[in-house]
Order: sequence, then structure tokens, then C-alpha cells
Amino acid sequence: MELLLFNAFNGLIQGVFYALMALGLALILSLNSVINMAHGGFLVIGAYLAYTLTPYLGFWGALIAGPILAGGIGLIVERILIRPVYKRVDPIYSLLLTFGLALIIEDLTRTIWGPQGLPLEVPDVINSPVSDVYFFITGYRLFVIGITAAAAIGLYLLLRYTLLGIRIRAGTRDLETTAALGVNIYKLRAFNFAFGCIFAGLAGVLAAGVLGLTPPMGNSLIMPSFVAIIIGGVGSLFGAVLGGLIIGLAAGLVTTYYPAASEAVIYLMMLIVLVVRPRGLFGEEGLFE
Amino acid sequence: MTRIVGIAVMWLALLALPWWLPLIGGYTALGSKVLIYAIATMGLNLVLGFTGGLSFGQAAYFGLGAYGAGMTLKYLAPSTPLAIVIGTVVGGLAATVLGPLVMRRRGIYFAMITIAIGQLFYFVMVRWNEVTGGEDGLAGFARQDIHLGLLNVPISSSGTAFYYLVLLCFTVAVAVMWTVLQSPLGHTWVAIRENRRRMEFLGIRVERYVWAAFAIAGTITAFAGTLNAMLFNFASPQDLHWILSGNFVIMIVLGGMRSFFGPLIGVIIFVVAQDYLSSVTDNWMTFIGLIFVCIVLLFPRGVLGIFRRAEAV
Repeated sequence: MELLLFNAFNGLIQGVFYALMALGLALILSLNSVINMAHGGFLVIGAYLAYTLTPYLGFWGALIAGPILAGGIGLIVERILIRPVYKRVDPIYSLLLTFGLALIIEDLTRTIWGPQGLPLEVPDVINSPVSDVYFFITGYRLFVIGITAAAAIGLYLLLRYTLLGIRIRAGTRDLETTAALGVNIYKLRAFNFAFGCIFAGLAGVLAAGVLGLTPPMGNSLIMPSFVAIIIGGVGSLFGAVLGGLIIGLAAGLVTTYYPAASEAVIYLMMLIVLVVRPRGLFGEEGLFE
Repeated sequence: MTRIVGIAVMWLALLALPWWLPLIGGYTALGSKVLIYAIATMGLNLVLGFTGGLSFGQAAYFGLGAYGAGMTLKYLAPSTPLAIVIGTVVGGLAATVLGPLVMRRRGIYFAMITIAIGQLFYFVMVRWNEVTGGEDGLAGFARQDIHLGLLNVPISSSGTAFYYLVLLCFTVAVAVMWTVLQSPLGHTWVAIRENRRRMEFLGIRVERYVWAAFAIAGTITAFAGTLNAMLFNFASPQDLHWILSGNFVIMIVLGGMRSFFGPLIGVIIFVVAQDYLSSVTDNWMTFIGLIFVCIVLLFPRGVLGIFRRAEAV
């Protein structure tokens, strides 16, 4: 029973990272119409910058600075590389572009910080186990869940109540009309891309505290995030978060009984969802069909 | 007429490759690899370039073919033809069964689902340790000589003999794909690419045609995968990885995805560049990434596209 709880909780933490990644990916997918294959790269950038800044800013400063810097780099990348391909009708180009970017970021990370894993020091205040019996429920893990929940709720409030959020939602629905109503959609898409990268960076810093830092760490998180979006339903941010949590939990539970299948189960679940409910749990009917 | 001359020249060059490639610093196995990747990418291009389905997980079927052939040689029977047949059937069947899940999708969504499905096979092969060798890959098998009556073709010991087997397979695959593209099926694919909705209005069952394209492309890619396993006498999890899927797509775009032989050109440039870069710099991945970015931003229609009239991308 304890083993089951242990794995379920581990899975939930993994799911939180998937959810954060999927949230950023889904944002970019819906407004920028780009599958950001480099999303794992932005995660790595956020994590490693936080690692480098920790000696100067402390953990808390790095936790804020890492994601924001990832967002800033996202803004530059969007302006220089992504913007020229918006006008291409075939999505293959944005896919290949971000794919190449992912290779570059991973390789440069390896060159700059080295191929071996690095630890991200988490303050003792939040790193001690909360309970003696359930040793795996450390304060840091609860902290990860809390921060993620706060970020998700913050994003919801931003999209729901601010002018920028309303414009982003309007642009997702109908970009041309939004542009015709006088919104600068280039700026809007740039901001949106940066938001997505901030979420990737946040996932990176938080994940680094649990899993440590390695150059390919983004790779192992980006594919499950795709699955989270497909299961949750393309076009639904809530679906992306829920999808991430579900597959994380499922992978954790399967680890208890049959560890070898803990990764494959995620993709099997996706196949089942695609057969039973092709648009995903909260997806809109007819989108991309 | 120029087309026939061009194909004849290409054919003669390929036939004479074991003689001229070492002279310019290459090796015969590199020629085999180029032809194998050419089969895979030209197969993928049936979906990608001719039907307009953005399949981004094609390495899965390549890898299934490779593992299918490797396991046949290792566990079942030491026969090269049998390995090729079984590997091709395994990969082809997987694509055929999964086709219905992707055939209704378009654009980005098609890409996302094909990538994710590819990962399923990757993890099966990596985690099914006892049988597949896990992360280390499947080793411990070797391609076997082919016996044609009294004639023994020594492909097990001679790289050159194996190259000619690959060239034969390439020729057969090219002939099959050319025939299919000239048939009503091939013309329907192109029509779907150009205007899917109109085809639906005409009463064409578009989904079935996309399914057919996906299944045939998967089969041909798996066929290439079987040869790849026998080229190295090794099947690696990297053969199924999404990085290879992405490489396949960039090779096609690099050569020109609207032309039949475009992928071959792209494969030649990409494989040679990769081979060269990885021998001169540790940061070859960065350069490969830069190739991706440059092609997308500067040469979206590929090498062959440069010589064509301008068309929208």
C-alpha cells in the first residue's frame, strides 16, 4: 500500500511537470499555430540559467529569474526565427524549424554546462519530509504542486479577465477578425510565445529540483506533453493540464505493478482515447479534422 | 527525354558506385546507407509530399522493420530473404492498423499523433530488454548469404555484394512507387493534397486514400529498415527515435518534397554532411540544427525547388 502511494505520488509530480509543459505547448499551439518542438529546449534553458544564477540570487531569485529569462529568449527566437514562417501555409516548416532549434539548444547546453548531470540545490526549509511514514512527501514536492497550481490559476485569471488575455482568446478563435479589429497580432503572438516559454522554464526549474539537470532533460518531458494535449483535447488548456496529471498518475501506478511498461502506458492510453473519443476529453469537435 | 537520360545516368552512377566512391574519400557502406534512407524517405514522401499528410513519426516503421529483420535472423531462421519479408510485414502491418487513427486528422494534429505513436514503439523496444536488447540495441545476428540455385551471393562477407542487394531493392521500391503514383490511386493522393474538401464533395472517400498512403509508406519504410539492420548487423533504438523521424522529413524537404527523386538528393546531402560533420566537430548536432533552420528560412522548396518556377509555400 505504501509502495502504491509512493509511486502514485511520484507519478503525480511527474504529471505536474507534464501539465506545465503541456500548458505552454497548448498556448503556443492554439494562437501561434506552431508545434514547438523546441519547448523542451526552453525548459532546459530555464533550468540551467536558474542553476547558474542560484549562487547570486539564491534559490528563490533563480526560481523567478530562470523562467523569465527563458521567456525573454523565447521572445527573441520568436521575433527572428518563428515570425517569418507564420505566413507559410504548410505547418511542416514551423515543425522543422523548432525541431532544428531543439537540436541546437540541446547541443549548446551540453557544450556550455557539460554532459554530466548537475544538482539544483533546494533550500532546506522546503526540502524536509513532511511526515516520517510518508517520507516521499517532501515539502519541496508539495511546493512544486503549489507553485504549479498558482501558475495555472494565474494564467486562467490572465486569460479570463485581462485585456491581453481576452485578445489571446479572441486570436485563438479567429486571428483575422482580431487583426481587423485593430489588435497587433504580431505583438500578441510574440507575447503568447513568450508566455509559453515561461511555463517551460518554470517546469525546468521545478523539475531540476527533483530530477537534477541534464542536457536532454527536456526530451523526456516533451513527448508526454504532446500526449497530454492529445488526451486532454487540442484547443483546451484545462484539458492539457488534466491530461498531464492523468498520464503522470497512470505512469506512476503502472510502475508499482509493471515498471517496464511505465512509459509505454502513456502512449497506450493515448491510443485508447483516440479510438474512443478522437477529439480528446475536452477538445472541440472538428478542430484539425 | 531529358528525364530518361537523367535516370540512366543516375542508374549508371549507382551501379559503378563501389568503384568511384572510395576514390573521393567515401566508403561502400555509406552508399548502402544513402540508398536505404532513400527508400525510406521516398516511401515517406508518398504521404508527406504527395498526399499532404504530415507524418512525423516515420522512424517507428523503419525501426520496426529493423527489429523485425534482426529478430528473425537471431531467433527464427538464418535467412536474409525471410528477414526482409518478416520485417517489412511487421512494420507495414503496424502502419496499416494505426492508419485509421490518423487518417481523419490534418496538418499539425496529424503530425502530433504520428510522433506520439512512434514513441510507443520506441519504449516497447527499449524496455522489452530480454528480447530486444533494450537501450543497447539488438545485436548478435548477421545477414546471411543468398543462395540462388547453384549461385551463392556472398552478401554476409562482402559489403559490395550487399550494396548490390540494396541497389536491387532500391530499384524494385522505386519501380513500385512510380507505378503507384502513375495509377489512379496516386493521382487521387495528389488531388487530396491540393484540395481535400473538393475531393470530399466529389464523393471520394478521402480518409481511405490517406489510410492507403500511410500504410504503403509505412511498409516501404519498414522495408528500408530491414536492410538497415542488415547493413550494420545491428538494430538500435535510435532507429525508432523521433530524432530520426525529423531527419527523414528534413531530408525530404531538403531535396524537394514535390518531386519523385527529391528525397534521394536530400538524403545524399544530409547523410554526407552528417558523416562529415560528426568526424570534424563534437558540436555536429548544432550544425545539423542550423541546416534545419537555414532550409526552412532560405530554401523551403529544397534543392530541386530552386530550379523550378516560383510557387507559394
